[in-house]
Amino acid sequence: MPELPEDVKSWIGQKKYEQWGEFDVERGYIFTTCASVQNGNPLFWDEKAAQELTGGFIAPPTMISVWFRPHHWSPGRTEEAVPLQLHFDLKKRLALPEAVMTDNTITFYEPVRVGDRLKTYQVLRSVSDEKQTKLGIGRFWVLDVEYENQKGEKVATESYTGLGYRRAQ
Amino acid sequence: MSWKTLTLDQVKAGQQIPDLAIDVTATTVVAGAIASRDYRPMHHDKDFAVERNGVRNIFINTPHNAAFFERFITDWTGPKGRLGKIQFRMKDSVFPGDRMVFHGKVEKVEKDAAGCGWVGLSVWLTVGEKTTTECTARIALPTSADDNPWKRRGDDWRP
Repeated sequence: MPELPEDVKSWIGQKKYEQWGEFDVERGYIFTTCASVQNGNPLFWDEKAAQELTGGFIAPPTMISVWFRPHHWSPGRTEEAVPLQLHFDLKKRLALPEAVMTDNTITFYEPVRVGDRLKTYQVLRSVSDEKQTKLGIGRFWVLDVEYENQKGEKVATESYTGLGYRRAQ
Repeated sequence: MSWKTLTLDQVKAGQQIPDLAIDVTATTVVAGAIASRDYRPMHHDKDFAVERNGVRNIFINTPHNAAFFERFITDWTGPKGRLGKIQFRMKDSVFPGDRMVFHGKVEKVEKDAAGCGWVGLSVWLTVGEKTTTECTARIALPTSADDNPWKRRGDDWRP
């Protein structure tokens, strides 16, 4: 069974890919998300309800990762931009061409408000030994993603378990 | 305007949440991918999903799964329900042509030391006889008609 490379071991616990969102939290994407699941919660659609209950419009809490997903193209970019870059770094470094996410935990703190500019970073928590799975031979890894608003207030912590694998021949 | 408000005293352990059924189409899958700007091909390109991922079609992505769970839970609580934590495990994918059904059950009802009312839920998603995703959630509910969990800040919010 191949050992985990030393450089990957060194990534564990390191804060990586600290970045600000490319744009402010805005209602257009909130509508697109709500429409994709037919979420009619008045907090996202009705100004009076939002004002009364949350002091203004907020974003659906589970949208947190959406604010950091790159657009498909931007001027000057020469390489594909992907969300959760650390996940793709692991795939590449460990030569595991396919991957899926298996577990996701999100803890919510301060509400994300329309007009907020959010900041994030990623931390690798663990990488398993190689295992035989129903999709092929691969490794499981756990990544945490922390999110803050422009005031430095924590808005969410997210934890993913990913499986990178080679398909069985 | 008025809206539905579920208060803590209206909830008991063992109580079921009304099921929610969704007939999934390719448009459903792609709508979720667009909403989350997820351009990975397995969420819009059937050939890629089949040939590279080894599955039978494009499938619903992780943020879309989370958004469906949020909608299912807050349809039940009304807008004063404030999610504290959600955890889910995707055991199998959901594809166009599937009828997915969300189910939920109250596991725990409690107040924390700050006086916030909490409900622990188990939620699961089935397609036919198969459970494709299992979820647990912790959501704050008002302890009275006048209470509002969204007003809680700092140490008064313990998700």
